[in-house]
Amino acid sequence: MLGNEAFARGAYEAGVKVVSSYPGTPSTEVTEVLAGYDGVHTEWAPNEKCGVEVAIGASVGGVRSLSTMKHVGLNVAADPFFTAAYTGVTGGAVILVADDNGCHSSQNEQDSRYYGKSAGVPVLEPSDAAECKDYIKKAYDLSEEYDTIVLIRSNTRVSHSRGVVTLGERVEKERIPYVKDIQKHVAMPAMARKLHVAQENRMNKIAEDCNEMDFNRVEMNDTSIGIITSGICYQYVKEALPDASILKMGMTNPIPKKLIEDFAGKVEKLYVIEEGDPFFEEQIRAMGISLAGGKDLFTIQGEYSANMIREAFGLPVPPSAIIEDAPGRPPLLCAGCPHRGLFHVLSKLKKTVMGDIGCYTLAALPPTSAIDSCLCMGASITMAHGFEKATGDSKDVVAVLGDSTFFHSGITGLVNMYYNGSKGTVIILDNRITGMTGHQHNPASGKNAMGQEAPAIDIKTLCEAIGIKHVVEVDPLDIKAVEKAVKEETGRDELSVIITKRPCVLIVKQTEPPYTIGQDCKNCKQCMKIGCPAIEEKDGKPVIVPDRCVGCGLCANVCAFDVIKGCRKEA
Amino acid sequence: MKVKTNILIVGVGGQGTLLASVLLGNLALLRDFDVKLSEVHGMSQRGGSVVTHVKIDEDGVYSPLIEKGDADIIIAFEKLEAYRWLPYLKDGGTMYVNTHQILPMPVVLGQAEYPDNIEDTLAKHAGTIKSFDAQEIAEKCGTVKAVNVVLLGAASASLPFTEEEWIKVIEENVKPKFVELNKNAFLLGKEV
Repeated sequence: MLGNEAFARGAYEAGVKVVSSYPGTPSTEVTEVLAGYDGVHTEWAPNEKCGVEVAIGASVGGVRSLSTMKHVGLNVAADPFFTAAYTGVTGGAVILVADDNGCHSSQNEQDSRYYGKSAGVPVLEPSDAAECKDYIKKAYDLSEEYDTIVLIRSNTRVSHSRGVVTLGERVEKERIPYVKDIQKHVAMPAMARKLHVAQENRMNKIAEDCNEMDFNRVEMNDTSIGIITSGICYQYVKEALPDASILKMGMTNPIPKKLIEDFAGKVEKLYVIEEGDPFFEEQIRAMGISLAGGKDLFTIQGEYSANMIREAFGLPVPPSAIIEDAPGRPPLLCAGCPHRGLFHVLSKLKKTVMGDIGCYTLAALPPTSAIDSCLCMGASITMAHGFEKATGDSKDVVAVLGDSTFFHSGITGLVNMYYNGSKGTVIILDNRITGMTGHQHNPASGKNAMGQEAPAIDIKTLCEAIGIKHVVEVDPLDIKAVEKAVKEETGRDELSVIITKRPCVLIVKQTEPPYTIGQDCKNCKQCMKIGCPAIEEKDGKPVIVPDRCVGCGLCANVCAFDVIKGCRKEA
Repeated sequence: MKVKTNILIVGVGGQGTLLASVLLGNLALLRDFDVKLSEVHGMSQRGGSVVTHVKIDEDGVYSPLIEKGDADIIIAFEKLEAYRWLPYLKDGGTMYVNTHQILPMPVVLGQAEYPDNIEDTLAKHAGTIKSFDAQEIAEKCGTVKAVNVVLLGAASASLPFTEEEWIKVIEENVKPKFVELNKNAFLLGKEV
């Protein structure tokens, strides 16, 4: 079972009733799998802040709840997270965050454990799929016993590894009746000061009790080397240093100080091995415990491995071939991707493009090289606005973001543009789905997380309701229409929105027969500039690889000599 | 002898490496072996270089990652990917290589060259190497998408599972309408 499936199973067995999340690799499958279980209301929220607030509301309403997100999602949800750390819970509430050490699919490598320390919330770190299920179940008991939300910190390697998991039965939890209690639930200053006292007291209590909790485990072996570790690093340590004594911390906030002191006293040389920042290493050093090694031996970047640990300890690593000249294989927009047409046009018109988070970030790479920035969810709109205010020019800069990203945190930025007098252009790529994370529904797609029919919000109507006068829809594969729309709307001295509407090619599935390039090809190579994975060069001329072509016809649209033929009906 | 095998599956996003690893994981479960798999989801699935780690050990698996010089078997869905991931092969390990080429964008754009010495380099490091056009066999079965199961069929020669066990996990993990096609792909791969 995948680590994320195990989290879902554990939450289900613990009797979770309400789940509200925003998709984000590597966390997405947890909520996706929960949507398939009976007796659990599962939903995709427009963003992580909404998700966490729904989970807190459900907890106040007396049931066990969950919100899952990737690490950067917790930044978005930080506002409710910090104050929910004060107000505590009624039904158990768990926030699951998946970090991305190694930046497999993210814009940074932030270490989310600091959120637990900063907010005053216990943090659990499972190290494999079996622990994912075990820890999340125990997290609910912990949450209710100590009246606190609990943060579970996973990462790519834990969430996306499979291991053997033993299934248990679901235990239905009776809903705890709601009792109005403004001292607990209304965090206004007078109450918040008292709630902060309660929060500190409960964390002090957990700090004492965690020395005895079974999340934290000592494995005594050869005492010449002792390792304190957590999460996935435990697995690497076991493989690289099978004889070492280990203190495996399953709870990393608060840290079990007595257990650490006791362990430190039993081993000759003590090391801390933790992926990411020196989160508990600094706390252990601050206790006055001297370490033989920590971040002086290991980096704060990327993923660790057993070989990395072997090398740090001067142990041999297996011989291996050295390959240095393999050309890179960066990911690409899929053949038939509706985004490709737009980026071809933006590249041709040499626009400065403030990009956003989604598949379309790939258009930053050659040959389109059409995107100038990627910061965080929704930043395309706000950065384009700031850029316009800095340069005084609204004609050469556009914002580009997807439909799901628009709902996540683009709407507020668009309101800001309208309110603060922007003359810019925002382009919303409406492919009817949240694409990059594996096709989750969103408020525009007409279905909910559980696959049921749901109202579909019309983006055009929404933009017009703000008061924006110029909102146009266009088919992104019809590049003549796209070019006309981009020229017209960027040329205006008023704020405008272009919506490129066409479903993601991966959800349409039904493909057209492949296109072919005729004998009279002039070899201008214009078709190769769109960066389609179905077009390669053979004997100095472009060819279309039939089993990769889905028949979108974009290449025929860019061919100046009309030699590329297929059968897609005109858009 | 106790079973302990590290299998690295490499290819291009979209080629079906994930299903191949799930089939291997389920085979291990049939025998009650401990098994861990590690996959990559998200951005790299969009036509990028992808890798899946499969570690099977009767005595228990800790790290889900196969390290450099640590793979007993590499199953490569594409030739350049076999070359890229060669450092992960154990000295004298076994390779199954689909000779079909998928040019990466830097090569298509003329910014890089597809290496022409791949077979020689692989042969220098691998103990056993089986290269064949799995694409062609998959097409004969009806779809290029069966390339994953064709390669597994070939690699089954190096793995401790019976034909009945392979067929069973295919039946249990593939959509009903594709079961026959995949069984056929497996058997044709096995004959290679």
